Amino acid sequence: MADYEVPELKEYAVVPLPEDDTMKGLKPFVAKPDFQEALGYPGKKDETKENTYLLVDGWHDKAIDKMGDLLNRYRGFRVFMDSCVKCGACTDKCHYFLGTKDAKNMPVARQDLLRSVYRRYFTFAGKFFPKLVGARDLTEDVVEEWYSYFHQCSECRRCSVFCPYGIDTAEVTMAAREILAHIGRGTKYSNEIIGKVFTIGNNLGLPEKALANVLEGLEEDVEYDIEVEVKFPLDKKGADILLVTPSADFFAEPHIDGLIGYAKVFHATNTSWTLSTMASEAANFGLFIGSYENMQRISMRIRQAAEDLGVKRIVYGECGHAWRVGYSFLNTLAGPFDFLDQNYPIPQHICEFTLDKLEKGELNIDKSRNDDMTLTFHDSCNVARASGMGDKPGGQFTIPRAVIKHVCNNYVDMEKDTIHDATFCCGGGGGLLTDDLMEIRVKGILPRATALKNVTEEYGVTHMAAICAICKSQFTKVLPYYGFTMDQIVSVHQLVSNAIILEGQVDPED
Amino acid sequence: MSTLYAFLLVAATVVMLVGLARKAKQYRKTPAPLKIPVTPAPKTTGGVVIRLAKEVVLFASLFRSNKWTWLFGWMFHVSLALVFLRHLRYVIDPEGMLGFLWPLVSLEVVQSFGKYAGITMVIGLLGLFGRRLFVARVRYISAPSDYLMLLLIMFIGFSGLTMSFISHIDIVQMKSFMLGILNFDLVDLPEGSTILIHLGLVALLGFILPVSKLLHIPGVFYAPTRNQVDNPREKRHIVEWAKKLDETRKDYPELRG
Ligand code: SF4
Ligand code: SF4
Repeated sequence: MADYEVPELKEYAVVPLPEDDTMKGLKPFVAKPDFQEALGYPGKKDETKENTYLLVDGWHDKAIDKMGDLLNRYRGFRVFMDSCVKCGACTDKCHYFLGTKDAKNMPVARQDLLRSVYRRYFTFAGKFFPKLVGARDLTEDVVEEWYSYFHQCSECRRCSVFCPYGIDTAEVTMAAREILAHIGRGTKYSNEIIGKVFTIGNNLGLPEKALANVLEGLEEDVEYDIEVEVKFPLDKKGADILLVTPSADFFAEPHIDGLIGYAKVFHATNTSWTLSTMASEAANFGLFIGSYENMQRISMRIRQAAEDLGVKRIVYGECGHAWRVGYSFLNTLAGPFDFLDQNYPIPQHICEFTLDKLEKGELNIDKSRNDDMTLTFHDSCNVARASGMGDKPGGQFTIPRAVIKHVCNNYVDMEKDTIHDATFCCGGGGGLLTDDLMEIRVKGILPRATALKNVTEEYGVTHMAAICAICKSQFTKVLPYYGFTMDQIVSVHQLVSNAIILEGQVDPED
Repeated sequence: MSTLYAFLLVAATVVMLVGLARKAKQYRKTPAPLKIPVTPAPKTTGGVVIRLAKEVVLFASLFRSNKWTWLFGWMFHVSLALVFLRHLRYVIDPEGMLGFLWPLVSLEVVQSFGKYAGITMVIGLLGLFGRRLFVARVRYISAPSDYLMLLLIMFIGFSGLTMSFISHIDIVQMKSFMLGILNFDLVDLPEGSTILIHLGLVALLGFILPVSKLLHIPGVFYAPTRNQVDNPREKRHIVEWAKKLDETRKDYPELRG
């Protein structure tokens, strides 16, 4: 099925010896000039060849200028360029290195692709002794190397946890992508999706009518299943809660079962809520491409929708990077939210909402309905290392687990160094969830697949739950390469949905 | 010779301090527009102080990631700190301006451990050097300067140890030389070539520090991933350049009204 080797699952993740260029040249498709321009970036078509895009005129100076601009605007980027001591502590921490063996996928080596140019143009040592400090000129080859290896990083921040100086390769990758976008090298995947959010309102390009149809269909399905009229309101003015959720929740599996779970929790607790067409997408790919401006523009839809609908609260559905932008950045990008009810966190995560209801005993739960499964939980990187839940540090680990344990009897964690803030990325985050990057996705999942296999064999785990749309999509598509099946991946609120018993519910005879 | 060295040492000190101060100022002036602490992160400033202290004093993250690198790295840095304290005796006159530091410098730990810390310091450096040479991953990411930097500090250590344990120099004379610099009243250096090597390398290190990766010294305090408080929902974080964007953010065509 693929023209590359799928790595073999071993009992323990082995740290490979670094090899040269095993992933050289793997690149995502370049964004067309139209899509570049819609996001405020330049693009240039090669008039002689179909679907080929050139670096824009004056790309060299433009790239260096952009780098200088980012150095002045982002303290993290500035400090990280200087403070790496090449201690090597991060070198075995990246799932893409572990899965590909490519030396340039070691976090510090990835940073160095950019740092070498930083040193050449922005530091004394690099200007006068380039060889000595590993500095190099910016050439077209370097640009292509950036384009390749900065799209083999899912911005998962695992390396940063282990770096003695907190150097975050995700920040470096974002800066690199922002520089690339400014010289005509944006990616088709992320930029087209952002374009759709601006014109239609969600990543999938699902227009209002279609969305309304989907939701209506869902209502019918649920009613058919359990004979309870569970509503999926859209654009309902005056609702208390605006639910912002990744658009994958509207029809991908197992995402949609999560959406049904949220709706049932709202139904059971008599909560007035609504979805919104304008904000029919929680995802914010502006984060992936490292663009404050695009991230803000995408976030503003949520504020606008909340204002238009007159809601009191904003709740986020299950999505990892969306939760990062929601939790960590929304207040900055689109705040202050003084028009919302200040008694609740702004925004609130659906897991926070549900756990509160579970703890108060407001939900009628029959745990045994999940007894056919033994669960484990995948901490999504953006939730684990870039956001929080509840009011204590680490709530992002305990709250989703608590929700699961409230609704399931059988739960086991994966190995300690693969969960919580040491969690391994699913392999498809950070804007890599596209078929043109399939090879890196297949190889990058290796450490997670290894840990999953271990609990499967040792504790009989049958299913892995996640709270991220990208993780769920990546797992269902790529875990089968390693012998798992698609339906082993479940949404956390799918488990809630299974266990909850609504008033008047009639279960089908089986 | 003594005059040249006095000049070198003063120049190196000035370059180092000014260079570091300028870098720290640059870091401070560069805004951090978004909340990016690596979580779980402390919710209070006090918590951040503890988090940073654990990093600076114990190298907590490094301990988590690699025990060997931690062992050698920590050994080197702690030894260096002791050795540095011990050396203060050359520039502090118990009766002089900095005399209040004297009790600290003359502590038994500082003076006797400090002497042997020179040895552990060099062992730590050798360990780090060995990792660079023999661990393929670390070798791959090393530039010539990474080796040279270790060698430089190692030779400072060797020359210092030589004077401590093998061919002693006149340390009373040495102290007069250093105090002479501070009092603008030059005195001759003690006899011997080791001291010249030792001081020459130290001066070189001072010059290199602000233009090298030794910038991790200020850098460790300025990484937003470690020094930010995790309270984005409670408190709006906004920097100057981002405020300007706030003024036009309502004009996006997709936002009606
Ligand atoms: S752990 Fe940090 S300091 Fe060490 S090599 Fe990696 S990025 Fe550099
Ligand atoms: S952020 Fe994640 S994907 Fe990127 S280099 Fe670090 S560990 Fe690898």
